[in-house]
Amino acid sequence: MPRALTLQVNGRSAKVETDDPDMPLLYALRDGLGLHGPKFGCGLGQCGACTVLIDGEAVRSCVTPLSAVAAKAKITTLEGLGKDGKPHPLQQAFIDEQAVQCGYCINGMIMQSAALLRTNNKPDEAAIREALANNLCRCGTHARIVRAVQRATSV
Amino acid sequence: MFDTLDRRALLQGSGALIVSFALRPAASLAADKAAALPSKPVAIDEVDSFLAIGRDGRVTVFSGKVDLGTGVETAMTQIAAEELDVPMARVHIVQGDTALTPDQGPTYGSQSIQIGGMQLRQAAATARKALLTMASQKLGAPVEALTVADGVVTAPGGKHVAYGDLIGDKRFTAKLDKDAPAKDPKNYKLVGQSARRLDIPDKVTARFTYMQDARVPGMLHGRVVRPTAIGATLESVDESSVRGIPDLVKVVREGNFLGVVARSEWGAIRAAQALKATWSGGGGLPDQAKLWEHVRNTKIVKEEPTSTVGDADAVLNGAAKKLSATYDFAIHTHGSIGPSCAIATFADDQLTVWTASQATHALRQQLAKMMAMPAEKVRAIYVEGAGCYGRNGHEDAAGDAALMARAVGKPVRVQWMRADEHGWDPKGPPTLIDCKAALGPDGAVAAWRTDFYIPQGGAGPVPLIAADLAKLPYDVGLFPGGIQGNSAIPYKFAAVATRVHRLETTPFRPSWIRTPGRMQNTFANESFLDELAAAANADPLEFRLRYLDDARGKELLQRLGTFAKWQKRTGPRTTPSADKATGRGLAYVFYELNRTYVGAVADVEVDRKSGDVRVTRFAVVQDCGQIINPDGVRNQIEGNVIQTVSRTLKEQLTWDSNLVTSVDWSSYPILTFPEVPVIDIDLVERQTEKPWGAGEPSAAVIAPAISNAVFDAVGARLRSVPFTPDKVQAALRAT
Repeated sequence: MPRALTLQVNGRSAKVETDDPDMPLLYALRDGLGLHGPKFGCGLGQCGACTVLIDGEAVRSCVTPLSAVAAKAKITTLEGLGKDGKPHPLQQAFIDEQAVQCGYCINGMIMQSAALLRTNNKPDEAAIREALANNLCRCGTHARIVRAVQRATSV
Repeated sequence: MFDTLDRRALLQGSGALIVSFALRPAASLAADKAAALPSKPVAIDEVDSFLAIGRDGRVTVFSGKVDLGTGVETAMTQIAAEELDVPMARVHIVQGDTALTPDQGPTYGSQSIQIGGMQLRQAAATARKALLTMASQKLGAPVEALTVADGVVTAPGGKHVAYGDLIGDKRFTAKLDKDAPAKDPKNYKLVGQSARRLDIPDKVTARFTYMQDARVPGMLHGRVVRPTAIGATLESVDESSVRGIPDLVKVVREGNFLGVVARSEWGAIRAAQALKATWSGGGGLPDQAKLWEHVRNTKIVKEEPTSTVGDADAVLNGAAKKLSATYDFAIHTHGSIGPSCAIATFADDQLTVWTASQATHALRQQLAKMMAMPAEKVRAIYVEGAGCYGRNGHEDAAGDAALMARAVGKPVRVQWMRADEHGWDPKGPPTLIDCKAALGPDGAVAAWRTDFYIPQGGAGPVPLIAADLAKLPYDVGLFPGGIQGNSAIPYKFAAVATRVHRLETTPFRPSWIRTPGRMQNTFANESFLDELAAAANADPLEFRLRYLDDARGKELLQRLGTFAKWQKRTGPRTTPSADKATGRGLAYVFYELNRTYVGAVADVEVDRKSGDVRVTRFAVVQDCGQIINPDGVRNQIEGNVIQTVSRTLKEQLTWDSNLVTSVDWSSYPILTFPEVPVIDIDLVERQTEKPWGAGEPSAAVIAPAISNAVFDAVGARLRSVPFTPDKVQAALRAT
């Protein structure tokens, strides 16, 4: 029998039903809640395309079973990063730096950077590169991504 | 029992939202609309095939070339808006829909702007000419006296009429007119500007619908279960192994094709993982450790001389000073970050697929053949997916989805898992190149001979895996792309022989990956040329200039010298004592010897102990003629540099006798943020020239520039891509 679980996503309470508590959070967000931010990239926690914030920490939703997500945990996706209909400074900086090619990885880049900025509000270039070391981009947008994160911190 | 999800409520609303898993799609594609084929010309020579102007003045551009994440949607918008003198915001682009867009060929080969964009420009110029003729009659003023701004035509004295009132929703019914005057570049307002990409705001805020995000009503989820060996036969399937999965709809088996369809995506994944099947056969892959022997021993089925000057062999035979070297370039995977994905549905005897294919018109033919349907009954609609960098698995996923949709009678979405993508997308084939040259007593190149061992075939319908496995019809053959390009060289040596030897087979289903063949061939040419320069005690930049007779190419190289602050040298700077040595290397390409000039200088750091090569900086100068969007071109060059540094330093397919074994990002690592070089770019401005391709050419010079920089640093030649630490150490030992 499907079981209903409650998740706190982007400031709302949402119920999802599943018959498998080991289902990764990614599928609850994408298929259950219709969110487009977190992406399926590898299902192995290797590329970062699925990254969301849980209580501010960057988490790979493709390898996070629903059972490991506390009912009270605050999940933020790319959709919920901005406030009052305005893009988050990171999102705006990615637009200003044109830091996208295909953009499939960009969810992870922004969410990982958002987690970085919580603990380090003025990261230098090396710190940004290090923080994004486990986020893969195939198009080769890295230089722009680093510039975008730097721009967001200089606002 | 299932609530419809109101996605907007989740994003903006307040209070508790109850949603359930989830047969209702979040963002639906208009499947019902797709079923009725709109009647509209798509012929390549009709204005109406390319654009339509509504009563409200909105311009719809129908582009057979699609945006693969490269920014061409924005560039096409600039081109159309410029020719028509309308604001960019009034132009909307429909891409790659076989029912709506002209067949401009696949989106590959750095041709989107060079060919597709120029077709669009001519269509827009023809439309503008027709609009001005109409306006002239309506306003009672000669065409020459009319001016256009914001889609409004104005006559002397101020009488005016808008495009929408002239043509609104009606057809031009005109052939593309080669003589319709295109705008003089000196009057450009939009072309040549770094217009911001139209797709980026939605992409960074998750409002964008990628192929992987797309959903249609009533859709089920499919996953493929591939054979345990390439060429294996499916003996039996144990359906009881998946009986416990509540969402499962069907195990689809057709020949050696195996897949599962489930109501939920996770259900499909679980079923694919749990399904037990018995396979036999396989074991036919060559020993990876003896790949190059295998290539050398593969039967040659065709000889293609790609250039001949004088008698190079005779000169080589009689020469006192000869050099020879063999270069090889590993098998690569496309490595899209988002695995291939498609949705297929059958309705009213028609198959509709939504696909991120770079070639929807060709895919339509392939699907029609495979499903034994007339092509008119197949519609392929492009939806942008993760970057593909060539023919990856998007088309195959469409074949998988079609087969499974037919089996269950409902729309089916298929997304490959990571191992499917790395394991089964077609590969850039292995390339082996023998180089020989003779130097005269004065250090001049007296003869140059190169022999390229590459698979037969060109670009074409790369067989769909589903058709192959299910034993359905497909076009048999190898389709590696135009990989003979840049086997001939731009240098004017006294005797030249460049020979392409076409091989009967190659270990893996081949296709084109960014800069196909041109990358591998330029690696050998430009590295070997560097060997000659060193042997002749010549500076690598001067040595190249000595043998170029093309003013534009020479200008580019000279500009590179200045831009990169190139310092003359006649041999490696090798500092034998240091553990870490630095060096600079240069490479040049005249892309396919008919378009886009690129020169690059690489700065590297070589760790003698570990064998690690680190690329610290790249300086790139490019002349691609007229530039539509300079920032877009820069973005492409940056991408080429980074992706190709990755391919050069790290990437190689691995396999055992049955299958690809590099099936994830740890077994097939790519460049990471800490390893990315600084990139400096200088674009040559030639706005009155034709635009040439920018998506590929700069990738051709990356590997040789790195190899040459490593030689400068440590005096060792790297002739085998990737430049892994073990190969670097071996090269160091050999010096």
